[in-house]
Amino acid sequence: MPMKIDAKLGLDVFKLDKEPHIVIDTEVCNTVCTDDACLYVCPADLYERDDQGRMTVNWEGCLECGTCLICCDPRALSWKYPGGPYGVQYRMS
Amino acid sequence: MERVECIVVGGGLAGLSAAYGLAEAGVEVMVLERGDYSGAKNVTGGRLYLKPIRDIYPELWDEAPFERPVARELVTMMAEGAHTTVEIASDRFTAGAPQSYTVLRARLDQWLAEKVMEKGAMVVPNMKVDELLREDGRVIGIRAGEDEIGADVVVVAEGVLRLLSSAAGLATQPKARHHALGYKEVIELPPGVIEDRWHLNPGEGAAQLFMGECTKGMMGGAFLYTNRESISLGIVVGMEDMRRRRDGTESWQLLDEFKELPQIRPLVAGGTVAEYSAHAIPEGGISQVPRLAGDGYLVAGDAAGFCLNALVTVRGMDFAVAAGHLAAEAIKRAKAAGDFSAAGLASYEGSLRSSFVLRDLETARTIPSFMENPRLFTHYPRAVARLLESVYTVDERPQDGLVKKAWKSVRRDFLNVATVKDAWSARRI
Repeated sequence: MPMKIDAKLGLDVFKLDKEPHIVIDTEVCNTVCTDDACLYVCPADLYERDDQGRMTVNWEGCLECGTCLICCDPRALSWKYPGGPYGVQYRMS
Repeated sequence: MERVECIVVGGGLAGLSAAYGLAEAGVEVMVLERGDYSGAKNVTGGRLYLKPIRDIYPELWDEAPFERPVARELVTMMAEGAHTTVEIASDRFTAGAPQSYTVLRARLDQWLAEKVMEKGAMVVPNMKVDELLREDGRVIGIRAGEDEIGADVVVVAEGVLRLLSSAAGLATQPKARHHALGYKEVIELPPGVIEDRWHLNPGEGAAQLFMGECTKGMMGGAFLYTNRESISLGIVVGMEDMRRRRDGTESWQLLDEFKELPQIRPLVAGGTVAEYSAHAIPEGGISQVPRLAGDGYLVAGDAAGFCLNALVTVRGMDFAVAAGHLAAEAIKRAKAAGDFSAAGLASYEGSLRSSFVLRDLETARTIPSFMENPRLFTHYPRAVARLLESVYTVDERPQDGLVKKAWKSVRRDFLNVATVKDAWSARRI
């Protein structure tokens, strides 16, 4: 059985920011976006639609690769690096 | 506003290399790194080609915390259920001064940051730069949170996403077509097991690339590098291909599926996954290199698009070190002339053009468009594996002779309009 993605992320060191570094303009997702690319390009599988159909991101587990940002043509994402001491801290890689 | 002579945005290999050269020459330099330490936000496949840069800081590399010198190169072409591997083990890859080493960035970059500090530069961790400050079109410093710091010149080594330089209008925003996603697991294995599995002498390393089924026809491949006590195993996949995929495949699943293949399972058996990481890779080639110098700034490393995926050799870190060094040289000249304008810093681009950085990127100009050909990642690896499979197959039927078997395969898979066209377009790479 392959390891679950959550378990893989659980191996990484994260320092949690107080506020999200990725903010989604759900309106854009629901009106302009045609492919929901973020749902399947994210290597950490952080994007999902909630019960109300709103796009959400579990930004706490973000690997900061920026793939979602680059792949989001409708520019629904306000995306910055986590500030100060926050975010993923690779020990090897 | 506080001032220093030079600010380096980003404490990766390009930024640290620039800072090393500047500090050595007595220039006051401050490196701002957003991670807990240099390397905390970096990911490589990875292997560093040291040969091109060994002479740049010759005293530096002897103590570098490299993982293993690469003695064996393997490329594996994958059909469904069948793989074939081409291998080259050469004394010349490792004799005397090895040409390349496997590396892990958190170790390598932290070590280099120490060396840079020994030379007298400041390397400030946990410092995320929020903005490049501009005045009349000239970069005059940076803002990090509430702090503003002025500088004669800013080395923009912010990495592949170009968040600062694109916000300042110095570069365009990265596009999916010109980027790949790379992600990997670091899997711990005892050194003896690594040496047995990849047929290595003690301390030596292997680099193995995989093409074909591993990316399900999308541009990219899988990679495997042996470290001292672990392997880096991962996937690179073109973002445009990934984004267009509508069959439910998610990027992160490609690695799990790859690891489950019967041909791959024995390579990772008994290993313990220790880290999972991901990074974007600039694969647009020289056509996506932004303006490299302007009033008060220079760009280096991934932010400058200095990366070259030539299918079997994948380079970027050597370019980063070389570009950082040339940035330092240009800044030293600009300081001597008291001119940090675009004109004063223009020697940077000139020296990049006469160095291997832009020469090799220029030579490879057509590779990014060549790699948009999906047959490279589907048909050819599959056809090679099938060709070998057919000549090695024995069953109850009367067998064709070896040449006839091979010829049937070659005629079917390699002699048609599409492949002739591909061969024609490959003549320029």
